[in-house]
Amino acid sequence: MHRLTTPISDEEIRGLRVGDTVYLNGLIMTGRDAAHKFMIEHFIKGTPSEEELPLYNELKKLLDGGVIYHCGPVVKKHEDGTWSFVAAGPTTSIREEVYQADVIRHFNLKGVIGKGGMGPRTLQACREQPAVYFHAIGGAASLIAQAVKEVVTVYKMEFGVPEAMWVIRVEDFPVVVTMDSHGNSIHQQVEEASRARLEALLEAD
Amino acid sequence: MDRWRTLDLTEEFVELVRRAATVLPADMRTAIAEAKGQEEPGSAAEGALETILLNVKMAEEHSTPICQDTGTPIFEIKYPYGVSTKALSEQIRKAVAIATQRAYLRPNAVDSVTGQNSGDNTGEDFPTLHFQEWDQDHLHVDLILKGGGCENVSTQYKLPDAKLGAGRDLEGVRRVVLDAVFQAQGKGCAPGVLGVAIGGDRGASYIKAKQQLLRPLDDTNPDPQLAALEQRILEEGNQLGIGPMGFGGKTTLLGVKIGALHRLPASYFVSVAYMCWANRRASMDVTLRDDNVEVNYA
Ligand code: SF4
Repeated sequence: MHRLTTPISDEEIRGLRVGDTVYLNGLIMTGRDAAHKFMIEHFIKGTPSEEELPLYNELKKLLDGGVIYHCGPVVKKHEDGTWSFVAAGPTTSIREEVYQADVIRHFNLKGVIGKGGMGPRTLQACREQPAVYFHAIGGAASLIAQAVKEVVTVYKMEFGVPEAMWVIRVEDFPVVVTMDSHGNSIHQQVEEASRARLEALLEAD
Repeated sequence: MDRWRTLDLTEEFVELVRRAATVLPADMRTAIAEAKGQEEPGSAAEGALETILLNVKMAEEHSTPICQDTGTPIFEIKYPYGVSTKALSEQIRKAVAIATQRAYLRPNAVDSVTGQNSGDNTGEDFPTLHFQEWDQDHLHVDLILKGGGCENVSTQYKLPDAKLGAGRDLEGVRRVVLDAVFQAQGKGCAPGVLGVAIGGDRGASYIKAKQQLLRPLDDTNPDPQLAALEQRILEEGNQLGIGPMGFGGKTTLLGVKIGALHRLPASYFVSVAYMCWANRRASMDVTLRDDNVEVNYA
C-alpha cells in the first residue's frame, strides 16, 4: 500500500507497479472532455491569449507533478458561496485517449484517475514522462465524495458543472495503479489471460 | 374493490425508490463480503471490494445514492383484481419525480431526438412499468435501478453462432454467455450478476433477462437443467479471472439467473442482462385490512 501526496516525484512514480493500491492526498483537478479539448487547443497547440495567461500559469503550477481526475461531480453550493462534492465517481477514461498523452507531456502530469483504462498512446506517455494511470472504483460515488475534503476553486464554469475544472483537496482517495510507467497495463494483461481461459473453457466440451 | 381505486400510494412509491437507490440488498452485501474474503489479501481485487462495501455503508447511513448513476427505474407490478393500472402509473411517475427532487435519483431521462434531459426522470416509457394481474389479493411491486455502464455491456446472441461453436441447446447457451462475460471485462463495474433469457422474440427475451435479476442470489432455479447451467456458468465465469473492476481476481460474477421462454422454430435468442455490483432492487407489498392499509418493504 502506498500513500502519495501531490506534487508527486518521478521516483515515487517509478516505484509504482500495476496492481498497487494507492491512497492519494493533496490537490488534484477534475477534467473531462471539454477541459482536455480546451487545454490542447488553447495551451498546447495554441498559445494562451493575454487574458488566458493567468489560468495557464495556475495550471502549470498545479499540474506540475499533479493529477487529473476524469470525473463529472455532483456538487452542492452552500449559502456562503463555497462548494462541496456530493457524488464523485470516476467516468470512462477512454474518451480522453486522443488528448491525454499531450496533456501529460506538456504539464508534466504524474497521474490520471478514471475508470476502464486507456490506450497505447497514453501508456507510451506514462512510460516516457513518467506517469501512471490510477483506476478509481466505479460506482463508489459516496465514498469518493467523502475523500474530497475541500473544493479549493473552479475554473471554466462555463463548461457546466460536470465538465468544469474543479480544484479539490483529497485525503486518502483510494485508487489502484492499472497502467504503470514500465509499460504494463492490467487491462491488457487481464484481457489476454481471460481470452486464453475462455478458449480453454470452450474447448472443454 | 373501490378502495383500491381511491388509494394514493405516491409517498409509498417514493419510499420504495429511496430504499432501492440508497440501500443495497442484504444478499448482495453478503455476497460481496464473502467474495472479499476469497481474494488474495492485499490485492487490488480485495481493495476494490473493500471500497465497495464501505461505499455501500456510507450511502445507507447518509441516505444518499449508492452510485451516482441511478439508472433506469424498472417497476414490475403484480396487482389484484380491481386495481386501476392507470392510477398506479400516474402515482409512480409522480413518485419518481419527487424522488429526483429529493436527490435519491439523478435526472436520467434524456429525449433521444432533442437531447434534452427532462430533469425529473419521467419521459416516454420512462420509468419502465410492467403490469400483471394475479390471483392474490394484495399488491406486489418490485423495483430495479438498472445502471447505464452495465447496460452498455448487456448483449444478445442469435444461435447458432458459428464463431463460438454455439448450437441451439444449453451447451450453446453456456458458450455465448461466457463470451458475454469475457467481452464485458470489468467495464460493467464487475463483479456483476447476469440475468439470462433463452428464447422469445428479441424484445421479450431482453425483458425476461432483466426480470431474472429480481431473483435472490441464493434461490434455486426450479428447472434442474437450468439450475445446473446457472451454477456452471457462475463457476466458469469466475475462472476467467477478470475480477472486480477488471483488476484481475477470483470474483467476476456474483450470480447467474436464467429463465426460458417459448420461441419460434426459426429463432433462438439468448439475452444477457449484465447488472453491476450496484444491483439495486427493492420491493413493496400493499394489503388492505379492514380500515387499514398495510405496507411492507423488503
Ligand atoms: S455500472 Fe453500476 S456501479 Fe458502475 S457506474 Fe453504472 S450504475 Fe454505477
